[in-house]
Amino acid sequence: MGETFAVKILGRAAGKKVREGEIIFVEPDYVLTHDNSSAIIGKFEATVPGSKVRYPERLAIVLDHVIPAATSKNAAGHSKIRKFVQEQDIRHFYDIGTGICHQVLPEMGLVKPGSIVVGSDSHTCTYGAFNCFATGIDRTEAAGIWITGKTWFKVPETINIDITGGFTAGVSAKDLILTIIGDIGAGGANYMAVEFNGPAVAGLRICDRMTIANMGIEMGAKIAVFPANSVTNRYLETVGIDSTAALWSDHDAEYTRSLEYDLADIVPVVSCPHQVDNVIPIRELPETGIDQVFIGTCTNGRVEDFQAALQILRGRTVHSDVRLLVGPASRQEYLKAMRMGLIQDFVEAGAVILPPGCGPCLGAHQGVLAPHEKCLSTANRNFKGRMGEKDAEIYLSSPETAAASAITGRITDPREVL
Amino acid sequence: MQVFCYKQDDINTDLLFPGKYTYTCSTGPEIREHLLEDLDPAFAESVESGDIIIAGENFGCGSSREQPSLGLRYVGVSAIIAKSFARIFYRSAINQGLLLVQSPEAVEAYNEGDEVEVDPAGGVIRIGGRAFDFPSLPPEMLSILADGGLLNHIRKEFSGGDGR
Repeated sequence: MGETFAVKILGRAAGKKVREGEIIFVEPDYVLTHDNSSAIIGKFEATVPGSKVRYPERLAIVLDHVIPAATSKNAAGHSKIRKFVQEQDIRHFYDIGTGICHQVLPEMGLVKPGSIVVGSDSHTCTYGAFNCFATGIDRTEAAGIWITGKTWFKVPETINIDITGGFTAGVSAKDLILTIIGDIGAGGANYMAVEFNGPAVAGLRICDRMTIANMGIEMGAKIAVFPANSVTNRYLETVGIDSTAALWSDHDAEYTRSLEYDLADIVPVVSCPHQVDNVIPIRELPETGIDQVFIGTCTNGRVEDFQAALQILRGRTVHSDVRLLVGPASRQEYLKAMRMGLIQDFVEAGAVILPPGCGPCLGAHQGVLAPHEKCLSTANRNFKGRMGEKDAEIYLSSPETAAASAITGRITDPREVL
Repeated sequence: MQVFCYKQDDINTDLLFPGKYTYTCSTGPEIREHLLEDLDPAFAESVESGDIIIAGENFGCGSSREQPSLGLRYVGVSAIIAKSFARIFYRSAINQGLLLVQSPEAVEAYNEGDEVEVDPAGGVIRIGGRAFDFPSLPPEMLSILADGGLLNHIRKEFSGGDGR
């Protein structure tokens, strides 16, 4: 019987043949931290006072979560991080405005196929789009890896998702991953790896793969991963790395569970409050008025997402009862969008443009909600209180649905306005 | 000892500790103020050292923020018994030295007012006179837990001279 991606990559890292369920120790290629680095610095210094980080070149620090600083406490955290970066000679430091960590690391050429990346952020699984074993850890574990350079993994079982066919108009990668999460459930892939296979994978763009891999954690997955192919290689060329270390599962690999999706069967869906797996087709949703629409985040803040939204929004105006916020995922995406005129189109339609960062996604600033307001967001999480107010409601959708709904003022199937 | 029972599934990290405080609260006393704020506003006031939490499937799903595990350890929760735990929370609890017990049977068996006792070494939970075995952690994790969390474990390795 053949091996899965997870078994192969962890075996290679451990330098031996490994089995599912086995605990192994590995040295990750990179450890990502963000604004939470200030708390991690505190732990590092309390544990090994006066010491140097074990492998400074393997740290990646991105300031993205609360940028520009919303409070003096946030500012003090950022300042502490900048000082630490200087003292410890940390080369891969990206200050405010560079973008959201999960967009920035690939752009900077730090996400190599066949590599292992951990991050003190649950959406670190995004790098599975690039054939990377990438997963979230807590702050304490990040501090531990700064000190020792290593951590442990339990070799996971794998769920295989075969995808075939092509999307119909108005439907995109976000609808696919929300549909999958609705089927599998919030804990359905807990502790497991999820592999995407099948003929339709070749046709998925990098942005689509990132949207899908990003949400792996919303079904509990340790990693959500794609094979490296010509689409991956074309992207990697632009950032100056290659896929020579890529790995993929054997054709006869044994999976714990296998699922199949025909993209032609996927319809526009929303995830309803307050759980990501609470997914229904928009056509079955009772009329739902909205107060705010947010297009952005590490899930859907790329130029292709903006183009998809503007295909619907361009030349129209945002409904008078709705506030539309748009947040580019990175400076590079922001610049591309500006050169293509997309930012102007958004502003003309009535949008407010946020700086490249996490924005209101985690409820710290830049568009938090009032009690009983409803927000339709292209982000990845709709937990109660997530956008700063426990009595508000968050719905999750594709950029197409977000744009259609911004015009009508209610959650709208984009096919109605295409 | 009190038992806080939240039998619903998928209790997420925002319910355990709201995201809006993630970058301004990181110490035990700061976290305690908002612990379980949107799940059970009475929890932070009433929790005492030695208390136990009982929960359903996929407890701690969502964010990698560690305020939930760090905070629950700080206020002295002696064990969380759940049908299952989300992966990042599970690791984080070990890293904080917080005991997690996975036992769907024990969760089902619990009725309000039952006495609950956890014997981590013996791998047994006693609830209202009934005993339930739970699987032991792998030795690597047990040694982190026994040292009181990952950083204490690393500190010990370093002082022993073989940390690197």
